[in-house]
Amino acid sequence: MEPKAPGADHAAIERERGYLLRYARLQLRDPAAEDAVQETLLAAIEGAARFSGKSSLRTWLTGILKHKIIDHLRRNSREQPLSSGDDAAEADAVDALFAGDGHWRDFSADWGNPDAALENRRFWAALELCVQRLPARTARVFMMREVMEMPNEEICKALDITATNCWVLLHRARLTLRECLELQWFGKPEK
Amino acid sequence: MIPTCKETSVLLSQGQDRRLKPSESLRLRLHLLICRRCRSFSQQLEFLRAAVRRYRDHG
Ligand SMILES: [Zn+2]
Repeated sequence: MEPKAPGADHAAIERERGYLLRYARLQLRDPAAEDAVQETLLAAIEGAARFSGKSSLRTWLTGILKHKIIDHLRRNSREQPLSSGDDAAEADAVDALFAGDGHWRDFSADWGNPDAALENRRFWAALELCVQRLPARTARVFMMREVMEMPNEEICKALDITATNCWVLLHRARLTLRECLELQWFGKPEK
Repeated sequence: MIPTCKETSVLLSQGQDRRLKPSESLRLRLHLLICRRCRSFSQQLEFLRAAVRRYRDHG
């Protein structure tokens, strides 16, 4: 029998590797994603006694992984700044969604019961495609917000961008993803 | 004053990330009362958030 408490047992930590890797790969490419997970597992095993059991093991490990991911992102952005892309073109693409009077230009599709999409395997491919098409910096901010659930201030600090810029990029990301999902999924007669 | 759809989309987006000021949420609600598209957009934003989290956790 393994001791129950306090602390986390090593086998249980190791069992979360797959989940953590998935999570890391949403933010980083390999080998950085694998490195971040490895660092997380090591830190967790070294600090296993600090796991209080108040949250789930997965939540605790994910918290450690977030810090490792942010370290990698900071390092990456120092070595190879994310291209801010064509900022004017991105802004134009958002403007094009609205008519001159600020109303939606083209917003016809009814998504019906969108939750049904979540049960369809091919929907996830459409979502992946749409995220991949986002400009790098826009995607980065969106993923930090939605996958890592970081508050805006932390995203700004980690990427060294202004709060205003952060709001703008999130708004763009969401509008662009909405548009893309409509084209790639909800507006298609056959799915 | 009632905001346009474009301004409303900004408020809806920021509403996912911070608590809106009372004046902002009043303006937002006024617009949503009269605009079906923005009501859809609001639901689509929630769907998008839920979908990404589901993808993260189970995908
Ligand atoms: Zn509207």
